[in-house]
Amino acid sequence: MSEAMHTTSAVSAAHGEHHDEHHGHHKETFITKYIFSQDHKTIAKQFLITGIVWAFIGGLFSVLFRLQLGYPDTKFPILETLFGHWAAGGQITPEFYYALVTMHGTVLVFFVLTAGLSGTFANLLIPLQIGARDMASPFLNMLSYWFFFGASIVMLSSLFIQTGPAAGGWTIYPPLSALGEASIGSKAGMDMWLIGMALFIVSSLLGGLNYISTILNMRTKGMSMTRLPLPIWAMFFTAVLGVLSFPVLLSGAILLLFDRNLGTSFFLSDIVVNGQVLPNEGGSAILFQHLFWFLGHPEVYIILLPAMGMVSEILSVNSRKPIFGYMAMLGSMFAICILAFLVWAHHMFVTGLNPFLGSVFVLLTLLIAVPSAIKVFNWLTTLWRGNIRFTPAALFSIGFVSLFISGGLTGIFLGNSTIDIHLHDTMFVVAHFHIVMGVASFFGMFAGVYHWYPKMFGRYLNNTLGYIHFWVTMIGAYLIFWPMHYEGLAGMPRRYLDKRGWVSFSQFGDLDKMITVVTVIVFAVQLLFIFNFFYSIFKGRKVTTQNPWGANTLEWTTPIRPGHGNWAGEIPEVHRWPYDYAKDGRDFIPQTEPVGANESAH
Amino acid sequence: MEIVSDQQRKKIHPHKFTLWVAIGSIIMMFAGLTSAFIVKSNQVNWTPVAMPKVFWLSTAAILFSSLTLQMALRSFKQREMGTYRLLIGLTMILSLVFLALQWAGFRDLWDQGVRLKGAGAGQFLYVIFGLHALHVIGGIIALVVMFVKAFTGRIKIYSSVPVEVMATYWHFVDLLWVYLLVFFIIIGR
Ligand code: HEM
Ligand SMILES: [Cu+2]
Repeated sequence: MSEAMHTTSAVSAAHGEHHDEHHGHHKETFITKYIFSQDHKTIAKQFLITGIVWAFIGGLFSVLFRLQLGYPDTKFPILETLFGHWAAGGQITPEFYYALVTMHGTVLVFFVLTAGLSGTFANLLIPLQIGARDMASPFLNMLSYWFFFGASIVMLSSLFIQTGPAAGGWTIYPPLSALGEASIGSKAGMDMWLIGMALFIVSSLLGGLNYISTILNMRTKGMSMTRLPLPIWAMFFTAVLGVLSFPVLLSGAILLLFDRNLGTSFFLSDIVVNGQVLPNEGGSAILFQHLFWFLGHPEVYIILLPAMGMVSEILSVNSRKPIFGYMAMLGSMFAICILAFLVWAHHMFVTGLNPFLGSVFVLLTLLIAVPSAIKVFNWLTTLWRGNIRFTPAALFSIGFVSLFISGGLTGIFLGNSTIDIHLHDTMFVVAHFHIVMGVASFFGMFAGVYHWYPKMFGRYLNNTLGYIHFWVTMIGAYLIFWPMHYEGLAGMPRRYLDKRGWVSFSQFGDLDKMITVVTVIVFAVQLLFIFNFFYSIFKGRKVTTQNPWGANTLEWTTPIRPGHGNWAGEIPEVHRWPYDYAKDGRDFIPQTEPVGANESAH
Repeated sequence: MEIVSDQQRKKIHPHKFTLWVAIGSIIMMFAGLTSAFIVKSNQVNWTPVAMPKVFWLSTAAILFSSLTLQMALRSFKQREMGTYRLLIGLTMILSLVFLALQWAGFRDLWDQGVRLKGAGAGQFLYVIFGLHALHVIGGIIALVVMFVKAFTGRIKIYSSVPVEVMATYWHFVDLLWVYLLVFFIIIGR
C-alpha cells in the first residue's frame, strides 16, 4: 500500500513540476499507456468500452427473452443452434429464461449503469472540471478498473459453465438463491455471481474513495465548492452513496456465501425442497431483503445522479442559459441522498412488514417526490425561452427529463403501500423502474458520450446517426415500457415466462408482440450507436477548436487532445461559477475569466 | 508530494482523507452485520454463546499494539529511527499475538461445540470476528512492509504521512475490535 502511494506521488510530482524531463512518462510503453494506465482519461475510456461490451450482452439477453414473451407459440430454430439444450426445440426453456432475466438485470444495473456510467464520467470529468492533473491516487484508480475487469471476467465466465449463470432475479433473494438443490440457477453460477459482485464492490469502493477525496482536496485555485459544475456535485453524492451502501450489500453477500457453502442458516429456516425437509433452522429470509435493499435503494440513485448532473450541465450549455437554481439543485441532490437511505423498506411492503412501520416508509418515500420535482422544475426553467441548440446531447438530455417525469409519477403510485399490494411484482414495477432508472440513466449516459466525445477522442460522433439513434430510442422506449403499466395494472406478474394459462391476460397477446418487435428495432439502433462510436474514434470529423460547444468549464481549456497531466502549462485559476451564459450581453464567459470591475455578480 | 502541496490548500493530506472515507465504508459493513445480529437475536431459536475468556487477552494485546504504534509515530517524527524500528517491530509482534489469541478463541468456541450449523450468536461471531481478523491481517501486511522499509529504505524525504495513515488505520481496527467485543458481551447473551 504505502509502496504504491510512493510511486503514485512520484508520478504526480512529475506532472506538478511541469513535466520534469528526467521523469518516467515520456518513455511510456503500450502497456503503461493503454493497459495499466494511471491516466484518468484512459481509465475512463476503459470503463466506457467495457461498459459498452456489457451493454451489448445485457441488451441481447432482453431481446432473447422478449422473443419468448412476445411469441410464446413460435419456434426459433436458430436459438437451438446457438444455445443447445437451453433453447430445446427453438424455444427458451424456463431455466434459461430466468437466467436471462437475472443476468440482464445484474449486468445493466451494476456493470453498465454503475461502473460504465460513474466509472466513465467520474474519471473523465472530475480532474478535468475541477482543475487537477489527475485523481488523488491514480494507482487506486487503476486498481478500481482492474477489479471491475476481474468482476467482469468472473461474471462472464458464469455464463459458460454447465449449470449456467445465477438465476433468481437480480435481487437474488434467499432461500432460492441459497439452495443449489432448489434450482440449477442456484448452483455454481450463484457462487460466481456472489464472488463477481464482491470484486465489483471492491472496485466501486476504490473508485468512490478516490472521487470523494479528489473532489474535496484537489480543486484548483479559486474553485470553491459552490463553483463546481453540477456533474461534479452529482459524482460526489453518488460516490458518498456508494461508499456507504455497497459495504452493506457485501455483508449480505458474505452471509449468503456462508449459507450456501458452509452450512450456516442466516437466511434459512423451515424449508422443504422436493419433499425433503432441510435441517436449517432459525434463519430469516427477510433479513436478506433488508440488507439487500439498504444498498438496493441507494443504488438506484447511484445510477441516476450522475445522469442528472450531466444533464444539468448539457442543458445549460445547449440552451445558452445559466442553470436555473444552482443552489436548489445542490439542496435537492443532498436531500435525495439522505432520503435514499431511509426508504429501502418500500420494496418490502408485502413481506409482512408492520403496517405502522410501513406508513413511516410511505411518508419518507413520498417525500422524495419533493426534491425530484424541484429538479424537474429547474431543468424546465433552464430550457424555458432558451436559445436551444438541438445537438444529439441536448436531445438526449431533454429526453431524460421527459422520462424522469413519467417514471417518477408512477413511483408515487408504488410508494403508497396500499396500492403497492396490488402492483408489487407486476409489470407495473418493471415499467416504473425501466423508465425512471434504466432508460433515463441511459439517456444521461448517451448525452454525456455525445457531449464529451470530442474531449475523449478529439473527434465528433456522426450527427445524423446521432439523431436517428435519439428518435428511435426515445419513441421506442415509450412504446416498450408504457404499455407495461396497463399489463401491471391488470395484474400481470413480472418474471413469468408463459402467461398463456391466464385467460384474462390473453388480451395482451398482441401488445406483447408489438413490444417485442419494438425491442428488436431499438436494439438494432443501439448497434448503430456502437458502430458510430467505434467508427468515429478513427474516422470521425476532427475537432479543430479547443471549445467546440462554447462552454465555460475547465475541460475546454485543455489542449484538444490533452496528455497525461491535462494542462501543458499551469493549471488555470478559476474566478467565477460555471454557468455565466448570456450574461451582460455575452454568449458565455469561461470560468477562468476574472470578474470584471463593473460586472454584475450572478 | 509536491503536487499535493501546491494544489491543495486544506490541511488534511488526500491519502489520509481517503483513509477516513474508507473507514466510514468499513464501519458501514460492520454496522450492517451487527444490525443483522440484533434483528436475528430478537427472533425465536436464538442460541447465545459464552464469550471465551481469551478474547480479553487479545483485547489487551491489540490495545497495547496501538500504544506502541503511536509511540513509533512519535519517534519517527522526531527522527529517532532506532526507537522507531524497535517500536514498529514490537507492534508487529503484538499484532501477531493478537491474531494467535483470536485463533485460540475460535478454537475454544469450536471445542464448546459451536459449529457453523445454525444461526445463533456463535455463527455470527465466526463471521464478524473473522472479517475483523481479515482487516487486521491487511494491517499486518502493511506493517511488515513498513518494518522492512525501516531497515532497508534510504529514507530521503522524512514524510510521516505513510506512518500516520498506518497508525490511523491500526487504531481504527483496534477500536472496531473493542466495539465488537462489547457488542457481543452486551447483546450476545
Ligand atoms: C418519486 C419517486 C419514486 C418513488 C415514490 C418510488 C417508489 C418505488 C416503490 C414503492 C417501488 C417498489 C415497488 C414494488 O416492488 O412493489 C419502486 C421500485 C423501483 N424503483 Fe422506484 N420510486 C421512485 C423513483 C425511482 C427512481 C428515481 C429510481 C431510479 C433511479 C427508481 C428505481 C426503482 C427500481 C429499480 C425499482 C424496482 C426494483 C425491483 O424490484 O427490481 N425509482 N419504486
Ligand atoms: Cu427504492
